[in-house]
Amino acid sequence: MTTSQRRRRIDYAIRYLILGTAAAVLVYPFLYMLSTSFKTRSLVLGAPLDLIPSNPTLDNYAQALGANNFGRYFVNSAMVAVVSTALIVALSSMMAYAFSRLTFPGKRVLFTAIVVGLAIPTMMLIIPQFLLARDLHLLNSLQGLVPFYVGTALGFNTFLLAGFFETIPRELDEAMIVDGAGPWRRYWSLALPLARPALATTVIFAFLGTWDEFAWALTVLNDTDVRTLPIAISLFQGQHSTSWGLVFAASMIAIVPVLIVYIVFQRFFVAGLTTGAVKG
Amino acid sequence: MVSTQLTAQLSAEPTTISRRPSAAGRRRRRRGVFAAYAFVLPGFALYALVMLYPAVQTLLLSMRDWHIAPGAVSPWVGIANYTKAFGDPIFLNSLLNSAVYTAVTVPLQIVIGLGLAVLLDSKLPGRTAFRVLFYLPVVTSWVVVSLLFQYMFSSGDGAANAVVVDLLHVVPNNVAWFQGRWTAIAAICILGTWKGIGWSMLIFLAALTGVPKELHEAAAIDGAGAFKRFQHVSLPSIRPAMTVVVILLVIGGFNVFISVFLMTGGGPDNQTQVPLTYMYDQAFKYYKFGYGSAISFSLTALVLVISGIQYWWTRRSTRM
Repeated sequence: MTTSQRRRRIDYAIRYLILGTAAAVLVYPFLYMLSTSFKTRSLVLGAPLDLIPSNPTLDNYAQALGANNFGRYFVNSAMVAVVSTALIVALSSMMAYAFSRLTFPGKRVLFTAIVVGLAIPTMMLIIPQFLLARDLHLLNSLQGLVPFYVGTALGFNTFLLAGFFETIPRELDEAMIVDGAGPWRRYWSLALPLARPALATTVIFAFLGTWDEFAWALTVLNDTDVRTLPIAISLFQGQHSTSWGLVFAASMIAIVPVLIVYIVFQRFFVAGLTTGAVKG
Repeated sequence: MVSTQLTAQLSAEPTTISRRPSAAGRRRRRRGVFAAYAFVLPGFALYALVMLYPAVQTLLLSMRDWHIAPGAVSPWVGIANYTKAFGDPIFLNSLLNSAVYTAVTVPLQIVIGLGLAVLLDSKLPGRTAFRVLFYLPVVTSWVVVSLLFQYMFSSGDGAANAVVVDLLHVVPNNVAWFQGRWTAIAAICILGTWKGIGWSMLIFLAALTGVPKELHEAAAIDGAGAFKRFQHVSLPSIRPAMTVVVILLVIGGFNVFISVFLMTGGGPDNQTQVPLTYMYDQAFKYYKFGYGSAISFSLTALVLVISGIQYWWTRRSTRM
């Protein structure tokens, strides 16, 4: 073995050692949650660091799925997330297309308003948004969540997609204009198909953002049957403060869709982060 | 980046208008403008309704003594809510808590995130798997991880006590993490760091991938070791990414909410309040909408000023 080969091996060994330790520390809490969700109530407070439960049980999952309208909350969250995501993608891609390709008076002012809005934390607006929802009779209903989820997500996604549309060569538009294609056809059959990777990023971030949203849902929803999953899980913890196994079984069920979306589409996360460079 | 391209393109726009159009051309242009508004207005109207209008309302509400009951009079009180906030020890403490949270979590996320990114920035087998694992906490719901860390730091036999007492022997007895201000904030900081590392790692990794290999090779030929190459080749190249990461992490740090809300609820005795949990309590527990809005607006203004200073400072130091 030459010296350079040996040095390379040592270099790899050190890298793997550090990366492996970091991965273990970062993943440990998830394994801990998974393991607790399989423990019976009495064993939960046993040996805290043991990851393999001695008598694993599915009781917590059965109880979480059976009791407390859990299926209902899952469906509520899914409906709100799907409808909001569809609207976010449609409206923000239309706005982004207009900002990137069409000419109209007031374009600069409107685009500046979008960019300025990126600096406003949504939580700052929660009081006036609550009063607005009250005045529009949108409190305490799932339909009431959607306009707020969509409206607050439009700025970031419009900005991200406009940046992507800018990278599509203008010659393609001009060729379609010569063929007599109007703006709707150019948007639908040119810009959207070419922007598929950016649209995928938008879909993922919009879905995760609405699926996990907590503060607004907590503020406007009161009745049991309109709760979404994050609210249900936080209340679960309040009602069954010692049944951590149950709380984490419910949590596991809630994060499974997120994990599937994440692992299947993980390459789009990198794309979305580096084009937008905004925290998701 | 994206924004500069767009603004350049926007400012180039008006030149096309100077040609005098024919009647048919004018009609076509007018139709084009209608189409453009049809693209923009549905989205923009909603955006204005739920973002721009409430942003203005926050300022207006903060200057009134707001009464929630329908038909009740809400008198204008000028800056009274602001003078109250800056004389309110709980609000001032909440600012201090979020400043401590930011001062602890931001450097940790940057140092660890950058370290992991450097280690991953090579043709290492299993690179993608590590990247996916490191980013896992970022995509998991704040609600779930807050409850998880609340459980791990629970005073009885939580995992955190098992680590510090039985495994590392750094403290003799179990710590009641959420009974004291600084132990509770430590737990919240550990959660914040754990959840954020993957995000900064990914941004730094993308920036490092963009550094030309030739630069590293040239520096190596000149006899620069790994550390020198990192210091003089990698670090300057990822500077723009660093600026973005620092500014966004600081904004995120001051706006910490869900973890504190669920793990301590601001307690014990308001000691672990951060500005947003205190605002939320004032608004939705005590219905003091005017006072809550003043807290919101103060926090946002403060954070914007801090980010502005950071931006100005990094631009100034890069020019020199």
